[in-house]
Amino acid sequence: MIALHDLHKSFGPKRVLAGVNLQVGQGESLCVIGQSGTGKSVLLKCILGLVQPDRGQVTWNGRPIDRAGFMAGFGMLFQGAALFDSLSVWQNVAFRLRQRMSDAKARPIALDKLARVGLGPETADLMPAELSGGMAKRVGLARAIADDPSVIFFDEPTTGLDPIRARAINTLIRDIVTQTGATAITITHDMDSVRAIGDRVALLQGGTIVHDGPVTRMADAPALADFLGDGVAK
Amino acid sequence: MTPIRTVGRAALRLTRGIGAVAIFAGRGLGGLRIHGLRALAVQMLQIGWLSLPVVGLTALFTGAALALQIHSGGERFQAGDVVPAIVAIGMVRELGPVLGGLMVAARVASSIAAEIGTMRVTEQIDALVTLSTDPVRWLVTPRLWAAILSLPVLVAVGDIIGIMGGWLVGAGSLGFNSATYIANSWAYLEFWDVASGLIKGAVFGLIVALSGCWFGMRSSRGAAGVGRATTQAVVAAAVGILAANFALTGLFFR
Ligand SMILES: Nc1ncnc2c1ncn2[C@@H]1O[C@H](COP(=O)(O)OP(=O)(O)OP(=O)(O)O)[C@@H](O)[C@H]1O
Ligand SMILES: [Mg+2]
Repeated sequence: MIALHDLHKSFGPKRVLAGVNLQVGQGESLCVIGQSGTGKSVLLKCILGLVQPDRGQVTWNGRPIDRAGFMAGFGMLFQGAALFDSLSVWQNVAFRLRQRMSDAKARPIALDKLARVGLGPETADLMPAELSGGMAKRVGLARAIADDPSVIFFDEPTTGLDPIRARAINTLIRDIVTQTGATAITITHDMDSVRAIGDRVALLQGGTIVHDGPVTRMADAPALADFLGDGVAK
Repeated sequence: MTPIRTVGRAALRLTRGIGAVAIFAGRGLGGLRIHGLRALAVQMLQIGWLSLPVVGLTALFTGAALALQIHSGGERFQAGDVVPAIVAIGMVRELGPVLGGLMVAARVASSIAAEIGTMRVTEQIDALVTLSTDPVRWLVTPRLWAAILSLPVLVAVGDIIGIMGGWLVGAGSLGFNSATYIANSWAYLEFWDVASGLIKGAVFGLIVALSGCWFGMRSSRGAAGVGRATTQAVVAAAVGILAANFALTGLFFR
């Protein structure tokens, strides 16, 4: 279980997180929604220690997070994909695999993961600079799931994709979470994503979590109704 | 009280900064592993091999200009004959390493800072961490060692080309006998003249790569952040080389 206790983070005078408390259980899929610029990406980075919180603590199974151990079974899709420019698509996907197996073994696995995000073998040897935004995002997704992680963070997995592709990615994430029992935190603006992949949904607003509840009960939540306006939680 | 406090605070900040850079350099240098040799080779190609043209041209023109200067200056006290020896000693001890280092600073510190800075702002460095990879060992180590190993070779090549530049001018237009010029170039050169220049080269290589990596890693967000990191890296590398050159020269030839 990942638990966030009273996380605070400011950049200069700008307060981004002001006391975030949140928990994600083993095998649970949590979606975090919130306006652009409220600090959702910063929240993920605080959990990972990539951004040092000013105050508060993140625990993993009750203990302060130990980064090396945590990262070993971890995958993350960055909002901007963050592919390595100097490596080809398949080498990006197989980055972790290649640390412990030969290229001959890693490449087929990478091709398989690429196929799962809807990219054919012809993309495998392209360089990241040759990809469109949506393709890069899917390569980033393939890289995140390449080593079958037990904890996965997705930062806006469907942003920049067409509706059909977005639906396919939602299904893929749902399948991964249910099949491997992975713990997932997904940041998204897409309520279809939330419905498709979330067990729970949390709304980050003004630096704190103002709503946290099961996806099946979204219609009853006044905070969500305010946030989503008419498009609510049908 | 206040001025003392200001000075004290600045001194503290400076020591802390130097300490942080030293720790960073130590981590970078200590990260070398057998399986990192491929990355090292790639960087040596980038830093060493691809710098050959610019370092060679710089040395050629410097050696040639030096020969002209020493000839016209030497004539004033009937010592025009010293041209070959002075060109050789000047190139090997001072101008080869310093100008080679500065040219590499312009070419390499900037490109390292831009590359690593771009990786920082596009979250590739963060991605490395999430893939259980130490960014320092992955990015900094091969660049530091490649620069330390390449620069002495570049300096050696630059020395030879610089002396040749002097010879071209000397034999071509100053009326020196070609064979005598070459013989006189070597005759007065001592082992330590050459060795000190090569050691300077290795130190300058460390300074260049370290500035590029340090400012690249600390690049702030956006294109402007990367631009600033690049400028800072080149300025720091150039000033660092000149300061280190003074210190090393004092150390070697007091
Ligand atoms: N390294 C940083 N330095 C300074 N400010 C930062 C930094 N990272 C984030 N911020 C600021 O923190 C705030 C939250 O950023 P964050 O990227 O977490 O937003 P977000 O909720 O993910 O938005 P979006 O949905 O648009 O991705 C923003 O105002 C941003 O400017
Ligand atoms: Mg974001």
